[in-house]
Amino acid sequence: MKLSVQVNEGPYQHQASDSAYHFTKAALEKGHEVFRVFFYHDGVYNSTRLTTPPQDDRNVVNRWAELAEKYDLDMVVCVAAAQRRGIVDDGEAQRNGKDATNIHPKFRISGLGQLIEAAIQSERLVVFGD
Amino acid sequence: MSEIKKFLYLNRRAPYGTIYAWESLEVVLIGAAFDQEVSLVFVDDGVYELVKKQNPAGIDMKNFSPTYRTLGDYGVRHMYVDKASLESRGLTQDDLVEVAWEDWETEEEVDNIVEVIDADKVSEIMDESDVLFSF
Amino acid sequence: MSDLHTVNKSPFEKDSFDSCLRFSTAGAAILLIEDGVYAVLKGTAAEGKVTSALGDKKIYVLGPDLNARGFGEDRIIDGVEVVDYAGFVDLVETNDKVQAWL
Repeated sequence: MKLSVQVNEGPYQHQASDSAYHFTKAALEKGHEVFRVFFYHDGVYNSTRLTTPPQDDRNVVNRWAELAEKYDLDMVVCVAAAQRRGIVDDGEAQRNGKDATNIHPKFRISGLGQLIEAAIQSERLVVFGD
Repeated sequence: MSEIKKFLYLNRRAPYGTIYAWESLEVVLIGAAFDQEVSLVFVDDGVYELVKKQNPAGIDMKNFSPTYRTLGDYGVRHMYVDKASLESRGLTQDDLVEVAWEDWETEEEVDNIVEVIDADKVSEIMDESDVLFSF
Repeated sequence: MSDLHTVNKSPFEKDSFDSCLRFSTAGAAILLIEDGVYAVLKGTAAEGKVTSALGDKKIYVLGPDLNARGFGEDRIIDGVEVVDYAGFVDLVETNDKVQAWL
């Protein structure tokens, strides 16, 4: 099965990102193809590299990054949602005059068209939110 | 080119209290470029998104409600509203905006694509869609 | 064919479960995840709705979310099936599409 996943909420505040992660991991372990994981609304906060969660708790951002590394996952963060919420990569920093970046390298910022494309190209779209 | 899919955007949230209504609309607008068959359905508090005369000036938020009236230009052919959700909120179709639609090729025109329907019809539309977006 | 509906909020917090029941059609599969699992516990105010829905729909609950919240299979309504994340993936595959009631 070729599927895509949409994550609508940020790390820790809601369980959405956790559920999406465990689901995506299970799908990959079963040999399914995950075309894209698309982060929208507060879901874009899953892509900051600057979190320091407590040592005895899961590291939501790193966990996604490790999964992406292992399975070559395409993890896309919506540019409009990212701009609103201050998730910045080099390109956005230059374009918008920001003095810092904070995105984790395993995520890429791109347009909403990537979500539409994912919906068209995949056999299933699974949405996690609140 | 792959087959055209039936996209259904499920709107269940009121505007302004959260961003879901506005950001889901942004997906619809971008999606227009992809030429799929697009419908929106408004259920539960989502029906409030279509209420006329919204004026968020006093709360200093952007009034995005005029965008709904342009959706006919963005490839949206149907905007379905769940009747029971309207009624339980004391609303009627008169409280809602009207959205015109025109097919540029055939010049077919529809004055208002906002359609109040019952639950069975909502279910049918959900079942028939190929992809359902939730926000 | 049928759709898989996911519900992640408690039926006592939001109307998502009610809306899911209202709009899902006969033969649908409904999966309760996250706080949604509370809907399928025995003895709640929602039990009647679940039992009624079991008449023509299949209802599943995500085991890890149930256990996280302190409940085991012995506390869920008869007829509700427990699945894990692998089972969740299978449900996505065997149904036509997913409708998320957030």
